[in-house]
Amino acid sequence: MAAAPLLVVEDLKTHFFTRRGVTKAVDGVSFTLHAGETLALVGESGSGKSVTCLSLVRLVPEPAGRIVGGRVLLEGEDLLTKSPGEMRRVRGKKIAMVLQDPMTSLNPALTIGTQVSEVVRLHQGLRGGALRERVLSALRRLRISAADTRLGQYPHQFSGGMRQRVSSAIGLSCEPRLLIADEPTTSLDVTIQAQYLELLKEVQAAAGVAIILVTHDFGIVAAIADRVAVMYAGRIVEMGTTLEVFNNPSHPYTRALLRCLPDVGLGRQQLVEIGGQPPDLSRLPAGCPFAPRCPERQSICEEQSPPTVSVGDGHLAECWATKAVGSQQ
Amino acid sequence: MPAPSRELPWFPGAILAALVLTAVFAPYLAPQSPTEGDITQKLIPPVWMERGEGRHPLGTDRFGRDVLSRVIYGSRISLVVSLLAIGLSGTFGTALGLISGYRGGFTDSLLMRFTDIGLSLPTILIAVVLVAVSEPSFRNVVLVISLLLWPRFARQIRGETLGIKEQDFVALAVVAGRSSTWIISRHIFPNVVPTLLVISTLQVGYVILLEGTLSFLGVGVPPPNPAWGLMIADGRGFLATAWWITLFPGVAMLLTVLAVNLMGDWLRDHLDPKLRQLGSRAETEPAAIEPVPEARPRGAAAGADGG
Repeated sequence: MAAAPLLVVEDLKTHFFTRRGVTKAVDGVSFTLHAGETLALVGESGSGKSVTCLSLVRLVPEPAGRIVGGRVLLEGEDLLTKSPGEMRRVRGKKIAMVLQDPMTSLNPALTIGTQVSEVVRLHQGLRGGALRERVLSALRRLRISAADTRLGQYPHQFSGGMRQRVSSAIGLSCEPRLLIADEPTTSLDVTIQAQYLELLKEVQAAAGVAIILVTHDFGIVAAIADRVAVMYAGRIVEMGTTLEVFNNPSHPYTRALLRCLPDVGLGRQQLVEIGGQPPDLSRLPAGCPFAPRCPERQSICEEQSPPTVSVGDGHLAECWATKAVGSQQ
Repeated sequence: MPAPSRELPWFPGAILAALVLTAVFAPYLAPQSPTEGDITQKLIPPVWMERGEGRHPLGTDRFGRDVLSRVIYGSRISLVVSLLAIGLSGTFGTALGLISGYRGGFTDSLLMRFTDIGLSLPTILIAVVLVAVSEPSFRNVVLVISLLLWPRFARQIRGETLGIKEQDFVALAVVAGRSSTWIISRHIFPNVVPTLLVISTLQVGYVILLEGTLSFLGVGVPPPNPAWGLMIADGRGFLATAWWITLFPGVAMLLTVLAVNLMGDWLRDHLDPKLRQLGSRAETEPAAIEPVPEARPRGAAAGADGG
């Protein structure tokens, strides 16, 4: 892609300062994202996916958490150096979020109409009939049926899937450039998941919004993501196009994750797991954080941090064992 | 415990309705002036007793003032004091609780220390001292009661706020570019309204008793106003001979407090079952697990009888 990227994250570091020491939840994450593109962040619980997302909008829980380094450039502007007031204007207008639990992402005490129109009014200054039209179209775009009667209803009158769509409608209503979706389908059942993802893709194609999708689920990654970043212990250990990463997983951790997927074709089988536990982020060992669990461990892995190796066009892996391929071409 | 009825409870509802109507239409209902009496008509017993007179259905006090009229007008004082004191302390306490809970950190610690101080003041003593220093007057009674009441609101609302602000819709409002003021007033406040309603109702009984106590001690609403507490104090010296002076305002107060507390319990059960520990029924709640033979009377209601 020739156009300047929408989002550039460079060496982002978010640490939590606790009595037990410093927990490096995000420790040197870099990636870029173009308009209209979907990047999936995958990894185990506690690998830093959600904290990365929160860091992008500067919502890391203070005072324990702090962004200690790096840059987040949205359309060329560094978000990390903005004043709180400037940041408020960026949020909602350029970045929107959809969170995991649709039960708590809507205010139970306000009607859907009120909640959607608030955001639209704030960012677009619409009033009266124009505002109402805008709110209705935002809801219809996410296939909320009978939108005009739904406006006066409260969140408890909606099902989980509908709530997630309403909350996405709120996020997308002011046409953000970037949508951060933190496990948006986790609490939806499988058929609703598929519908929701289809819808998200459709809206994305229409509006050209870039999506960062946090998930555990490789099925979702395959369905919707253009590129994948696999996170482990606060770092991106492998990143590439979805096709590349699935066909040619180049980090032992990615290979292990993919092996964990049960195969429908094989009938009854033992579920595969990755042995051991993710490391304690406040006491990371020297060298590669995955080394203690890695089947391809070498002695150097426990001494020095692995290099970033290019294994294809835009396909990077951070591992001693991986051979660089075609980095010259 | 059976599921609480959804219908408005008729007993406290009827008493409260009667009370409000009495207060509003006092001038039409009262047969006599509440403050002026005929000294020659003093200490007349209620109408059904020997010597009783039809002009004074509940008898007269030692200045010949009509007891029924005074009880009727007294409802105005109790009601107005409760409304003003709860409005005032509720507004202040809620604002403080919301800010404290939402801001957290140092602000929270500071405000909550003030609240702790407020809660640890010995109620009656402070009330007596304050009112004694500053002339008993209607306004001062309201101010003193508010001063003693706001920490209850602040603490409960802060607790609620702590829970609500962790919900995703608050985070999303921040992401949508909302200011703290907006989030507190538009997103958090609507969610604490049920709690606010329940605490307010449950405090009405307390306020009426406190006002009664202050008036009884002579530091409340100044005479010759027909405050119930004041009437009880007036009649104290004649308990053996003219019990009606004391009994009727006492019964009025008892019924009012009882009705308000029942209403508060009902509201709490309906609006927010999480708040079970808040109300007058809290003391009997453990009985559900471990049956205790005798039910403990409410401390506050017992206080009313004692007055």
